Amino acid sequence: MARVVIDRVSIAFQSSEGVPRIAVAETNLDIADGDFVCLLGPSGCGKSTLLNVVGGLVCASTGVIMVDGREVVDPGPDRGMVFQNYSLYPWLTIRDNVEFGPKINGWPPERRRETSLDLLNLVGLREFASEYPKALSGGMRQRVAIARALAMEPKVLLMDEPFGALDAQTRSRMQELLLDIWARRKTTVLFVTHDIEEAIFLADRVLVMSAQPGQIMADFRIELPRPRSADIVASEEFTSYRRDVLHMLRH
Amino acid sequence: MNPDVPLRVPASASPDAAPASPVKRDRRSASHKLSRYLRPRASLSPREGWIISAVGVALFFALWIAVTSGGFIQPFFLPSPAAVATRLVSMLYTDGFLIDIWASAYRILGGFLIAAALAVPIGVLMGNFRFFQALFEPLFGAARYMPASAFIPLLIIWLGIDEGQKISVVFLGVFFPLTLMIADASSTVSKDIVNSAYTLGASSMQVFFRVLIPASTPAIVDALRITVGLAWTYVIVAELVGAQRGMGIAILQAQRFLLTDQVIAGIISVGVLGVITDVGFRIAHRRLFPYMY
Ligand SMILES: Nc1ncnc2c1ncn2[C@@H]1O[C@H](COP(=O)(O)OP(=O)(O)O)[C@@H](O)[C@H]1O
Ligand SMILES: [Mg+2]
Repeated sequence: MARVVIDRVSIAFQSSEGVPRIAVAETNLDIADGDFVCLLGPSGCGKSTLLNVVGGLVCASTGVIMVDGREVVDPGPDRGMVFQNYSLYPWLTIRDNVEFGPKINGWPPERRRETSLDLLNLVGLREFASEYPKALSGGMRQRVAIARALAMEPKVLLMDEPFGALDAQTRSRMQELLLDIWARRKTTVLFVTHDIEEAIFLADRVLVMSAQPGQIMADFRIELPRPRSADIVASEEFTSYRRDVLHMLRH
Repeated sequence: MNPDVPLRVPASASPDAAPASPVKRDRRSASHKLSRYLRPRASLSPREGWIISAVGVALFFALWIAVTSGGFIQPFFLPSPAAVATRLVSMLYTDGFLIDIWASAYRILGGFLIAAALAVPIGVLMGNFRFFQALFEPLFGAARYMPASAFIPLLIIWLGIDEGQKISVVFLGVFFPLTLMIADASSTVSKDIVNSAYTLGASSMQVFFRVLIPASTPAIVDALRITVGLAWTYVIVAELVGAQRGMGIAILQAQRFLLTDQVIAGIISVGVLGVITDVGFRIAHRRLFPYMY
């Protein structure tokens, strides 16, 4: 259902000298419904910018983006976003954070409550429902942010280096949890990272971006079997994907 | 409660901060302790903090006592702490100093409340809407550098020397800095939490009232706490002209009669009341925003 089509999109920002500077050169992309796609590239290559355009937070300079056949003009609850620094609302309890979307969209209280408790179960934080974000570790906060984005039942989940600030072990557990959630929810995921292993481990497709101007220069289909667990990174197939992707990134 | 990370670790326990003090620090020598006090950003236990604060205050009084009782300075210029304390007691019991305190507090309350009632909405608008920022910033930025005390002659021409004039001085002293502090507090709300609300389907109104306002309220209350200190300063200045009662006029009259002990007692009273207001705000902050502590 939620196919994402990026059609001749380019993004330029006004630079201090007054001339527009191209952050993302003309890009075409067709993401199938339910695909898990990783955008991989060095920092500053335009990954966040491209993701924000799909999210409706930044306007494309040219081209259109279609999600589920409808043109993206604004941010909206059909495209849930998760940011690197959690961005939870510190004044709301964990449950109220998850219920924020349903509440402003006028869902009745019983349905809100049911949804939030389901999601907190899904991310394993049911017993923290009435805590404030401050009491939670980074990994737990990011689980809340994921639950909050999922509450609106988005067709697409847009994630901008969501595990970038976590330690290696937490990060690895979060990756497995995310794949588990994705397998149950069947949403399309567009996931930004600069970590090769993370991209290959998670994705059906890895899109490698290069900088100046930002553009997609390679598109790898990752055929590793699912469900995937952390051991897979030691497999020969994984290593060979990594070699190929790394080779691409070096150019 | 939390399996993977300890809850509510002090900020100093994060790896990038200076190392926290070891639990068994008693075995360390005094020189070790001193070198830890001098290490930037090193932590201090609450108990140590209290003790050091108490030592600071005690040293101040010790110095004061030493200087006065040693006969280095004539009591006329600097009376002893005991003399000031005695004087303060007689001011409270026989000179009606409480009436002066109330008169000043009333003016502060009036001027500060009016200033806050206007500064909060204007500051919030300035911090969140470029339109209002462009509209007000040049005026307020300049007004902030104009000392409220310099407006006193103008206010006397306009308003005479009644209560309205005194409250206006407090208002002018507080309003501009408070507005700019609130604007600043409002504009520093992280872009990501605003964006996340938009992606959850929030309208502009909802983002404003349900995200930007609650996100900046703690910093706004802090701005109120800091600027109420200015109100204490300005009320004293305002009362130097044409006041019947008030802490400012009490201090001024004491000077006219060369009652140095009364001048000092008055100044110290202002300081103590200022600290009490500050502590009140801090307690309210903890009560209002428990999620921050
Ligand atoms: N709002 C903006 N205004 C001007 N330049 C921007 C803006 N956002 C991003 N850029 C520029 O676009 C380029 C890509 O940035 P970004 O998408 O954040 O990279 P990445 O997420 O891959 O690290 C960078 O050179 C950055 O400076
Ligand atoms: Mg980025």
